Amino acid sequence: MTEFIEFIKSNLELIYILILAIFIGIEVIKNIPAVLHTPLMSGANALSGVVIVGAILVMLHADPNNYIALTLGFIAVVLGIINVVGGFAVTNRMLQMFKKKKK
Amino acid sequence: MNLTLSILYLIATVTFVIGLKLLGHPESAKKGNLIAATGMGLAIIGTIFLHNLEVPNFIYFLIGAAIFIGAIIGWVIAVKVEMTKMPELVSLFNGFGGASAALIGIVEFGGNLGNTTQMITIIAAIVIGSITFSGSMIAWAKLNGMMWKDIRLPKYNIINNLFFLGLLIFSAYIIWSNTESNIIVYLLLLGALIYGVLFVIPIGGADMPVVISLLNSLTGIAAAITGILYGNMVMLVGGILVGSAGLILTFAMCVAMNRSLANVIFGAFGGDDDTAIAGGTNKTGGTVKKTTASDTAVMMNYSDKVVIVPGYGLAVAQAQHVIHELEEILTKKGVEVSYAIHPVAGRMPGHMNVLLAESNVDYDKLIDMDDINPQFKNTDVVFVVGANDVVNPAAHNDPSSPIYGMPILDVESAKQIIINKRSMKPGYAGIENQLFYNQKTSMLFGDAKAVIQELISELKGM
Repeated sequence: MTEFIEFIKSNLELIYILILAIFIGIEVIKNIPAVLHTPLMSGANALSGVVIVGAILVMLHADPNNYIALTLGFIAVVLGIINVVGGFAVTNRMLQMFKKKKK
Repeated sequence: MNLTLSILYLIATVTFVIGLKLLGHPESAKKGNLIAATGMGLAIIGTIFLHNLEVPNFIYFLIGAAIFIGAIIGWVIAVKVEMTKMPELVSLFNGFGGASAALIGIVEFGGNLGNTTQMITIIAAIVIGSITFSGSMIAWAKLNGMMWKDIRLPKYNIINNLFFLGLLIFSAYIIWSNTESNIIVYLLLLGALIYGVLFVIPIGGADMPVVISLLNSLTGIAAAITGILYGNMVMLVGGILVGSAGLILTFAMCVAMNRSLANVIFGAFGGDDDTAIAGGTNKTGGTVKKTTASDTAVMMNYSDKVVIVPGYGLAVAQAQHVIHELEEILTKKGVEVSYAIHPVAGRMPGHMNVLLAESNVDYDKLIDMDDINPQFKNTDVVFVVGANDVVNPAAHNDPSSPIYGMPILDVESAKQIIINKRSMKPGYAGIENQLFYNQKTSMLFGDAKAVIQELISELKGM
């Protein structure tokens, strides 16, 4: 329990941001039309690739002789960037189809 | 952290919010996607170059190589994938994001021994990341048709819940005991991976839109947790936004099926075999009327209003282009044609909209459930292609049916109903459909694409 209280104490600012971000997320996304459900999902999917920032940090901080950390970091960067590039690219492709049709 | 990088992260965070906001409107969606992508690019480039660390060159080389390889893979997948395969693609990418978070957690575990507050986030990243990864892989395999049946262990929901509880206790133990043992972390990783499998494996195809939305949300949460670990705002906010988006879609899908989230996760469709049988087969009986493509073509040709009800079968048969062709021919012949879109038709939220957009179907012809339902009574012919549970009247009139209470498309009130299916096999939910035995219903058996092509050539000859 003390660990938990310690955790809250040392991360109070982050917890504020976290809770406010939840509200922003809900406000921004609610009432989205069904037509856009799939593009929203794949766009959000691309955003979750932001985890790549952490993967890059792992590699930057890694001891150059720690091959395990470097290998795992490398894989994490590859997976993260696939998520980012693939996600944004496919969302763009999808939305292009929506646009073309409007004329 | 240096100031330029902090400001760059702030800009990226703002682009994420604006991007998502714009993604919510058809006219601005494309711009929103590009804005968010630009912000992401800034955050990534800034992370690599703007830091105060001494980093040997070969590590820069490794990072560059990883980004190069991954970007090419991602790009190729995105360009090549067929629109019918979107649910598979989203599951796959979800899994990658989750795996990335779990890997970060594993590496950081070694570097943060003894730091309890950091350990809480690390363990959470490992557990949530791995559950998302293995769960998404199973969802992907299921959608790809690699797993035919929804596998259910006896009493699977009790087993799953106990397993999850065990996982939580084990996590708490690792945090509390300050263990230095890597083996214990690998055990935790393995346990979380197994739980992801157990979690998704019993969930039926009809529930896939809920599961994909939920996994999407979890990937975001995993990213946000790694953000807490590094005190990195762009990861935290980006992850939480994804988490909220996923949850909103998850609940929208649950509402569309009139079920609670707990019911989807713990009480998978058909999971209780007794109710499914009691609700269906024995009661219905009656005979099924078959029809041919030429009869159907004649019927459509002489009607004023035709409504097409697309379902997952349309995606499987890749029939989205021919259905548009059919719609165009009928429109030329003076028939009013529209599409009735059930919110959970297909395997992910909005699946049918994307498919039909790919084949250039007009926005205005795609009509949501609430708007189309009152129109069915003025409809001459309803053409159901590869949909089943979303038109099953048991949802209205059979309290013992597992789908009782789910809002459906009221095709029964139309004058004629044509149902295209491969065979009499029940839908993914495994529930018999009384609609097939309705007086007004005719069954048009065969592969959706082949059947629609036949209809088109018949209509051309008239």
